[in-house]
Formats: sequence, structure tokens, C-alpha cells
Amino acid sequence: MLMQLLEFSIIGIASGGIYVLAALSFVIVYKATNVFNFATGEMMMFGTYLFYLVDYQLGFGWIAGLAAALAGSAILAMVLERSLMRPLIGRPAVVMVMVTLGIGSIMRGVAGLFWGPEVRQLTEVLPRKPIFLGDMLIPGKLAWGFVIAGVIAALFMAYYRYSRAGTAIRATSTDQITAESLGINIRAVFLLSWGLAGVLAAASGIITGSVNGVTPQLGLVALNVLAVVMLAGMTSVGGVVIAGLFVGWLETLVGAYLGASWQSFIPYLVVLLVMVIKPNGLFGERRIERI
Amino acid sequence: MSNQMTSTAPLKTAGVGRPSGNTEAISWALLALALLVLPYFGSVYVVYMACLIAINVIATVGLNITVGYAGLLSIGHSAFLGVGAYASALAWLHLGTPLFVNVIIGGVAAFAVGLVFGIPALRIKGVYLAIATLAAQYSLYFVFQQWTAVTGGDRGLSLPKLDVFGLGDTGFYYAVAIVALVTCIAARNLFRTRIGRSFVAVREKDFAAEVLGINVVRTKLMAFGIGAAYTGVAGALLAAFLRLVNPDQFTLLVSVFFLAAVVVGGRASILGSIMGALFMTLMPEILRFVLEHTAGSGADLASLLSPLREILFGALIVGFLIFEPRGLVGLVERALGRSEAIEARQSEH
Repeated sequence: MLMQLLEFSIIGIASGGIYVLAALSFVIVYKATNVFNFATGEMMMFGTYLFYLVDYQLGFGWIAGLAAALAGSAILAMVLERSLMRPLIGRPAVVMVMVTLGIGSIMRGVAGLFWGPEVRQLTEVLPRKPIFLGDMLIPGKLAWGFVIAGVIAALFMAYYRYSRAGTAIRATSTDQITAESLGINIRAVFLLSWGLAGVLAAASGIITGSVNGVTPQLGLVALNVLAVVMLAGMTSVGGVVIAGLFVGWLETLVGAYLGASWQSFIPYLVVLLVMVIKPNGLFGERRIERI
Repeated sequence: MSNQMTSTAPLKTAGVGRPSGNTEAISWALLALALLVLPYFGSVYVVYMACLIAINVIATVGLNITVGYAGLLSIGHSAFLGVGAYASALAWLHLGTPLFVNVIIGGVAAFAVGLVFGIPALRIKGVYLAIATLAAQYSLYFVFQQWTAVTGGDRGLSLPKLDVFGLGDTGFYYAVAIVALVTCIAARNLFRTRIGRSFVAVREKDFAAEVLGINVVRTKLMAFGIGAAYTGVAGALLAAFLRLVNPDQFTLLVSVFFLAAVVVGGRASILGSIMGALFMTLMPEILRFVLEHTAGSGADLASLLSPLREILFGALIVGFLIFEPRGLVGLVERALGRSEAIEARQSEH
């Protein structure tokens, strides 16, 4: 009994690792540009399809697929920022959020048109062999996915913390006007943060896809990540890690003991509870304004 | 006409380029007359589409109150459509109440459920309402689907045929048309009252509104609740119209549909809501018509139609927000050469 709980817990934490990447994608855009990007899930989905296209459909192998997916998503995200979000700077936040929602809808439709509604299985890059921890069995793909997600998240955070560009993003998120007057190119920061968000989303999408396959609806499933972002407090890069692992853990436990349909409901319960109890999340800045 | 426009306070963006009282009364009367005689000239299909459009108009007006007038983003509005539909269907099946009571029940239920999701989100500034409404979308879908004993699960609820005014389908059409007309006029009047104007004030500058003695949280809750209630009324009518309620009628795509209707028609405009709902309801029909005539018989239309719809809804939202933020109403006014004065007043923040 306890053993089983422990096993579910580890599986849950492992699946939470994938949430971390997607949540980082949300947070980076929100921090730098103050736009809540509802198309993040679709960026995940699109990156995964790019991988599938280049790796399997065109037959270039998974390394080329991965490179194409990451680069393609980054470029797509930057094009979206430059062509659709940039003209809207200065307009009400509601408008910008609506536009991201529209972008998401377009991307879902395009994916549906090209690849159809059925589930596509990615080629097996991650080893399938389960990993044994004592008596516990962890599915191999999940474990390796977790490891890769962890490495990418760590790399990203190091970049965000120590590089010049990362510092510029952080300065912009603290105070746009001051950052600009200190010579930081805000437009470049916006572009860069969208590009990074694209890479992170594609990476998390490919990992998710290699466990469960990919459909045009992958982006909607990924909205679960909202719970992670809310719990972490919208602006906390470090908090996302803890919140991601926690939500993954909670979801898996609920799914295991109450059934899969409850599992899909849990993230939204978390969202509402966070809003009621602690709107700025566990690690959020005190940017939240109550009225 | 222009006198009135310049004399209105800058806060009032409600009736864009408002016609004088007489012109407006005449246009409402003409609309009512057109609705009245429609069944005598239109075919069954036309009446069917008119019902659907009228229902969508009600829901769009509701969403426009929340999104357009109050500036609160709701991206899960079809959930409230569902609440209205289920509430009225259940009242009908179990209590046998007449249609007009069901419609009120649908509205009240959606209002109440809306507040459940609105109260936590609206205390906080920012995009939280959007997230909360998304939560509403998925958690209510979960309730519709899983609470089999009450909602019938995936199979949903089937409703008996309804006879309004002893006129069959035409009678139902009149019922829908009356409700749509009444709700539109009510919404238009709402924005001439203190409550309605406080919505706009809160949208423009919440702290300024607060200084002027408006209770911001209560106003936002009101705006969101009324929007949900309108949508609930539309849901109740939809249930009676389709005589079937199931969870798949209330998905995110439907919410995006209504959001697109608001944006396409014109935010903060009742006329815009009517135009937007009309456009968005007819658009998929036109799309299907075009596809059927271009793609040939071999193509799998159903599998093309749904992604194309998603692309079109999204593209309309993005395109109108970037190029014509005031929607079709803005286009019409530009065509009539009335744009400058209005654009100056409607500068967005």
C-alpha cells in the first residue's frame, strides 16, 4: 500500500517535470512582456508536429527533427511576436490576451488540417526499458523525459540568471522604462523572450508527445500548466519547478485513486483554490494588486 | 446627430455614433417588424437559421457586456451557455415549467454559477478572470459529463417537442425573437443607467472609478454575472431549440466562437453584437457551402470543416483586433464617413 503510494508519487513527480518546461515558457513571456500567452499549449503542439514531420514523415532522423523543431518553434514564436503582438503594444491587456487565444485557435486548426485529428506516435527516441528503484518500477520514457526536462530547465535557468541577455530580460520585467533608459533594447528582449518560450514549449511538447503521442488537442491538455503557473505565482522562475512537480504529483495520485476523469479536473481546482487562498501563488512577487 | 456626439461625456463609449432617439426607435421598430414577417416569406431553413442567430445574438450581447463594456476577459463563456441549457432542461423535465420560466431559470443559474468563478478572480487585477473562466470551462464540462445521474453524461438530455403560441416551430421562433429583442433593448438601456456606465468607468480606469465612489469589485462582479446570465438565457433557448443538451455543445471552440462574434461585431456595442452574431452564425454555413462546391464529392468535408472553422475564428479575432478594433460597426461607420470623431473618443489605453 505504502509502496504503491510511493511508486505513484515518483511517477507523478516525473510527469511533473514536463510541466516545468511548459510553465517556464508561460512565465518567461509573462515576465518580459506582461502578456499571458494562451497559445503556449499550441506552441508545444506545433513544435511536436514539426519534430514528427522532419523526423518521421520526411525521414531525416530524430536529431534533425529535434533541431528543426526547436529552431522552427523559436522562429515561429518570434514571427508571431513581431507581426501580431508588436503592433498591439500599448493596447489593453485584454486585447493582447485575446490575440494569443486567437493565435492558439489558428494553430490548432492548421495542425488539424495537416495532420488530422488522430493520435500520431513519435519515433521512440527515449529508451523504453523501465527503471527499477528497489521494487518500484518507473516507465523508462517517463524517467528519461524527466531527466531531459530537468537538464533543459537547469540550462535555461542558468542562462536566465547569468547571461547578459537573461539579465536584460530580468531588468525589463522589473521596470520597463528604467531598463529602456539604461540602454536595454526592449524590443529585442520581447523578441528573445518569445523565442525562448518557443524553444521551451517545443521541448516540453516533444517530451510529452514521446510519452503519449501527439494530436492537435495536445495544446488544450497543456492548459493544465496554468495550474502550475498560478501556484508558482505567475512570475517566479524558481517556483515553477516546485509547483510543477507538485501539480504533477497531485494529478497522478488523483488519477490513480479516483480515476482518469478526475485527473483532468484537478489542475483547475488548484487554479481556483490558489485564487481564493493566495492569489500571488507560493513564490510570486507582490505584483498582484487586490482591488 | 453630431451635436449629441460631441456633447456626450468621454466615458460614454456605449452607443458609438448614436443616432437620435427617433431614428433609433424607428430602427428597433423596423427590426421588430422584419422579425415578425420573416416566417411568412422565409423557408423552414431560414426560420431555423433565424432562431440560431437570435440565440447567438443573446449570448454575444452577454459576452459583450463582460468583455466589451466592462473589459473583463471571459474565455469560457460557453460553460455558462451549458449551465443555462442544463438548468432549463432539468426544470422542464422534472418540474414541467413553461418555456419563459425555463429561460429565467437558465439565466439565474448561469448568474449564480458565474459568481462562483467570478468571485475569486475578480478581487485580483489582471488576467485572472480569463484563467478562472477557463477553469469554469473545464470543470463544468467535467460536471456535465460525469454527473450522469443528473445530466445524462455524454448522451445528454433529450427534450420533448415544444409548442409555443400553438404555432409549432414558427411559434418557437417568435418566442426566441421576442426574448432576443427584449434582451437587446434591455442591454442598450442598461448602459444609460448608473450601473451600466459604471462598467465602462471601471474598464477605463478602475482607480479613478473607485475615487468617484464606484465599488469596483461589485461592479466587475455585476458585469460578469449579467454577462453570464444573458448567456444562460441563450443556453436555455438553445436547449429548447435543439431539444438536446450534451456536454460537447459547450467546448472551448464555442467560447472562442462567441469571443470572435464580439470582436468581429464590435466591442462595447449592442449593434455590433447583433452584427457579429449574424456574421459568425452564417460564416460556417457559407464555409460549408463553398467547400461543398469546390472540394468535390470525394473529399471528407467533416474533417476539413472543423479545423477550417478553428482557423477562421482565430484569424477573425486576430485580424479584427489588429486592423479594425471596433469591428464591423467600425467598418460601417468608416464607410459612412463618421470615423474621426469616434476614434478620438474611443482611444484605448
